[in-house]
Amino acid sequence: MERSFFARSPSVLIFISMLALFTLLVTVLSEGMGGEVISTSMVKTLGKTLCLCLVAIAMDLVWGYCGILSLGHFAFFGLGGYMIGMWLMYARTEIIVAASLANTELPPTPQEIKDAIGTQIFGVVGGSDFPMIWAFADSLALQLLFVVAVPGLLALIFGWLAFRSRVTGVYLSILTQAMTLALALHLFQNDSGLRGNNGLSGLQNIPGAQDIPQSVLSVWFLWASAFALGLGYILSAWVVSGKFGSVVRGIRDDEARVRFLGYHVESYKLVVFTLTAVIAAIAGALYYPQAGIINPAEIAPIASIYLAVWVAIGGRGRIYGAVIGAAFVSLLSTWFTGGQAPNIDLGFYEVRWTDWWLVLLGLSFVVVTLLAPKGIGGMFDRLVRK
Amino acid sequence: MLRALILFATILWPIGLSAQTTDLQTLLKENRSAVEKASRKTVDVVLAAMIDAGLPEVPVFLEKWRDKDVWQRKEDGLFFFTKTEDKKTYQLIDVSTGNVVGEADKKALKNLKPNSGVRGVIATALVQFQLMDPSLSRRMEGIRSIERDPEAAHLEPLRGSIDGEDNPDLKARKVRLERLLTLRFDEDDAARITAIEGFKGDLGIDARAALNPILATKTIAIAGEVNTALNVAETLVPGKDISIDAAYELLVSTDLAPSAVTKADIKMALTANIVDGQIAGVNVGTLGSDAAREEAYIKLAAMGIVSPLVSKVDIDAALSSHTFLSVFSEPSKTVTNAAIETLGSINTAVGINQTADLFLDGLSLASIYFLAAIGLAITFGVMGVINMAHGEFIMMGAYTGYVVQLFVPDYTLSIILALPLAFGVTFAAGVAMERLVIRYLYHRPLETLLATFGISIALQQIAKNIFGTQARPLTSPGWLDGALVINDVVSISYIRIAIFILALIFLAVLLYILNKTRLGLEVRAVTQNPRMAASMGINPDKINMLTFGLGSGIAGIAGVAIGLYAKVTSELGADYIVQSFMTVVVGGVGNIWGTLLGASMIGFLQKGIEFLNPSNTLAAQTYMILFIILFIQFRPKGIIALKGRATEA
Amino acid sequence: MSSLLEVSGVFVSFDGFKAINNLSFSIDTGEMRAIIGPNGAGKTTFMDIVTGKTRPDEGKVVWGSDNVSLLKMSESQIARAGVGRKFQRPTVFEDQSVRENLAMALRNKRSPFSVLMYRKTHQDAARIDDLAEEIGLTADLKRRSGDLSHGQKQWLEIGMLLAQDPQLLLIDEPAAGMTVAERDHTTEILKQAAKTRAVVVVEHDMDFVRKLDCKVTVLHEGSVLAEGSLDHVTQNQDVIDVYLGR
Repeated sequence: MERSFFARSPSVLIFISMLALFTLLVTVLSEGMGGEVISTSMVKTLGKTLCLCLVAIAMDLVWGYCGILSLGHFAFFGLGGYMIGMWLMYARTEIIVAASLANTELPPTPQEIKDAIGTQIFGVVGGSDFPMIWAFADSLALQLLFVVAVPGLLALIFGWLAFRSRVTGVYLSILTQAMTLALALHLFQNDSGLRGNNGLSGLQNIPGAQDIPQSVLSVWFLWASAFALGLGYILSAWVVSGKFGSVVRGIRDDEARVRFLGYHVESYKLVVFTLTAVIAAIAGALYYPQAGIINPAEIAPIASIYLAVWVAIGGRGRIYGAVIGAAFVSLLSTWFTGGQAPNIDLGFYEVRWTDWWLVLLGLSFVVVTLLAPKGIGGMFDRLVRK
Repeated sequence: MLRALILFATILWPIGLSAQTTDLQTLLKENRSAVEKASRKTVDVVLAAMIDAGLPEVPVFLEKWRDKDVWQRKEDGLFFFTKTEDKKTYQLIDVSTGNVVGEADKKALKNLKPNSGVRGVIATALVQFQLMDPSLSRRMEGIRSIERDPEAAHLEPLRGSIDGEDNPDLKARKVRLERLLTLRFDEDDAARITAIEGFKGDLGIDARAALNPILATKTIAIAGEVNTALNVAETLVPGKDISIDAAYELLVSTDLAPSAVTKADIKMALTANIVDGQIAGVNVGTLGSDAAREEAYIKLAAMGIVSPLVSKVDIDAALSSHTFLSVFSEPSKTVTNAAIETLGSINTAVGINQTADLFLDGLSLASIYFLAAIGLAITFGVMGVINMAHGEFIMMGAYTGYVVQLFVPDYTLSIILALPLAFGVTFAAGVAMERLVIRYLYHRPLETLLATFGISIALQQIAKNIFGTQARPLTSPGWLDGALVINDVVSISYIRIAIFILALIFLAVLLYILNKTRLGLEVRAVTQNPRMAASMGINPDKINMLTFGLGSGIAGIAGVAIGLYAKVTSELGADYIVQSFMTVVVGGVGNIWGTLLGASMIGFLQKGIEFLNPSNTLAAQTYMILFIILFIQFRPKGIIALKGRATEA
Repeated sequence: MSSLLEVSGVFVSFDGFKAINNLSFSIDTGEMRAIIGPNGAGKTTFMDIVTGKTRPDEGKVVWGSDNVSLLKMSESQIARAGVGRKFQRPTVFEDQSVRENLAMALRNKRSPFSVLMYRKTHQDAARIDDLAEEIGLTADLKRRSGDLSHGQKQWLEIGMLLAQDPQLLLIDEPAAGMTVAERDHTTEILKQAAKTRAVVVVEHDMDFVRKLDCKVTVLHEGSVLAEGSLDHVTQNQDVIDVYLGR
């Protein structure tokens, strides 16, 4: 009776092929694969951009489709990064410590190794004991599980509390922002167990892959990010295409009406909120090994607002819109703030883009909201229809 | 000895004055040898004689003596003060009259150099003179020096000086100081206890400072019977009141037990005894665990190379055969009991006053939140427009104040100018924003949020580009410096009082505008039913514009107030925006009283949490936000919720 | 007892204003009922109470043959129990097609997971086609419902209610803003619907109520003023006073 999902959604196939083509092209031209055209740092930037596109998809799902303007999804992104970062930092420090203790006269005891790792990791915050939350940091499998479970659980609890008391609209946005702020403030504390404002660092060094140069690792991560983005895109497109998507869009447009149709709106919101939190966390877990460092400033409320900005500029309520927005704005932002953009000399004043880019971004955001509420994706749609 | 002596002298003081028979030089001559070779033991006699004589020049002499400024002429043994003529020649000054009486070669003179013990005795004797000095400032200085560094020896002269004191303030101070010295130094326990009990409920820090040393304890370990003469504060159980390690360490330090062998000791001993890759016949490679290392160490010990391992059993045995006590240094049980009781009552009083102080702190924080949020309460609460750039309006107000101060150096005048100017600047900014952006987005709250957020980033960055990233000062006028001190515990700075008053004024003015004026009526009409309002001849466009301008203008004034006590940076507003939204949401949207309640709740709550966890303001903020998130669960519409149809529109 | 819905002794007040004041009446299974009354009589509040949107201060609302209380159920539970509601203004999901709107309303499992795994079946497709025919929107199934005319949106909403297959239909002013032809069609749809279930229509328009030809309940100031056939209640002196002013 029903045609297959892919047959109904040609845009998914188009996107996947473009993504594959892009990844192949970057791989071939990359420094790591001998292409010598795209530098390792550029490959990393592109890989990170793919992760940002993935979290933007999550944001689009929760905001563009379900109508929840969450100002907390970058917090889930960051949490995912922290979870994988704990393992990366622990395992790598363990290797370093083992190497340095190998030359001592007596073979080290397990406790000595642990103490040495603790001192290495927590020395910056004046400690050496492992906090409780690091209990499983030596296990990759468990930390990978936490990447999904911790942000997922947080989203589940927060969402359950917020949705059941029928907090909606801007109130919900402010509440999610408060959650993000609380999390960031907590992580800023030295005794949060996650090294306070130092954050976790050295994450680009993958334990067990010391001999593989960063130029090659960057390509691996590019592939992993592309794979995750592809999967996330398919999953999201599938979720919003069927009856579930119909209900979710209904909730966005008229929550009360959906309720009177007999749907338990709160559980739908909870499912979408939690699912997108998990997608965001996975994106974060792929992003931070490429960035190399994560600290609480990354989680600050402003980051989540930027995420909303990307999705709005790209075009809400269409998944490719989120991808376009995130890629376009984040790459443009890198270009401007990186100092590559040519400054404009007005004679009496030189406009330096490192100073004025944020002003331009802020104002262009106002313009997009006012004049093109459907964003770049909306213009795209109009072109396609013609 | 000295104490009794001075007491005696004090009593005799008036008589001494009248019975002025000898002069100082004669007196010194009589005690010549004791002055020349003053020692701690002998100096008392000289001092007593000098005090007896009651000569007014004695204090000056004592000071000079203490400061090693007294010289003796070798040929006749007379004493003089000196003034340097040149390197070799000194002018001689009479010790009584202060007149120059001659000159002498330096070689003909001998400098009196009392040792530190003697100088201390002289200083104590001087205190008496200081306390009785005709000059008020000298007496004050004497009291201050005792307060700084009280000694038992000060007690008698202090007591003696009270009756003669004619300045009532200083007399009160002397009386208090006398009580404080009595409770610490009096030889009679009953007198001490009376003094201690007199301080019940006293808030002074000096009272606590005097009482706490009485309760100083030290931990001791005793084998066998406990000496009943000890004033025991508490018997300590190892592992409960005192850690096992600390208890054993105490035994070791008092030679009651052999030192424990730590893991580090074992490691060091093993490392020092590696022979051909083996330790006591054990392969080094196998020593990767604590158990294996211990075993090897025991073997070393058996060979007599290292001291024997103290096992856990040994430690337990040593601990159980000793009693660990926390003992007061103060021997008298009745005194320590009285001190405990008095300190308890003081702590209760301090607690009550701290609560009052906390209340004032909370009140001032609430005022600040109220100021920051009230403009938002108007734009968000009354108009339903969410303005993420509200914080940046606060920042603009603060920078306006800073710029005004660049041109107007008088701080009072500049603040008076800055307030209306800040209102004007942000009012204009608000109106511009409403006209250019917000009016196109009414009824699309989420998009308003995003658009105003864009404005917020742009404004913040523009401020950064103009004023730089470093903090700019906004200085308050001199009359706002300092604090209103109620007692040693409760105080509040004038600037916070000013902010509180400003908040009250805001509240009154806004209530007046919204409830009593034509503008307020029209605002409420437009809020409740814009179409109906329009048909009554009200121009909703104009009203919206004015309301938004008003809300923004208030943010500007709040910015000046906040800038006075916080540093002005481009992120000033961003620091307040989340709290401001919380204030409005918690209080209940659309109601100024609600904002007041919300600000009070958040202000008091934050201070309360900070009080419970003073070391960590970040944690306090975290808990506060979590509390608010939970609060909204139970009252989603805030403290003051509007009911009925209006809320469902 | 053939009573489907029984409301007894219900009070609701908003900030001191008594919107419902000791309201008691019952609807029988399969009955068609019109509720009329002046503005502020409590008609909409009554619907809010039955559908769970507003909680009464006191009183009982009992539902179905098992006599369950609706007061302890959430809106969505009440809807699943068989109460369908149509709002005054047409509320359809304008961004979605007519088919999607109807599919969402179809009587199926409502939990997120089963909806996520939902596959269209032949029965469902046939049911949507039937409904579309019933409300006269067969040709418009693929259209975006936001593009429909006002009357068509009203019918679509009624169609969505029918798709839910409720035992009780609550309909708020269905004829408001319709042309005469549209009204007649609406009357037909409602009469058809009332053959298999109870239908309660809140209406201002006496002509429309007359065409429905059913028992009428007059509400005034939150309680029942009169009940009976339209002719009966329009001759009631109280009703005349209320409508014409004292």
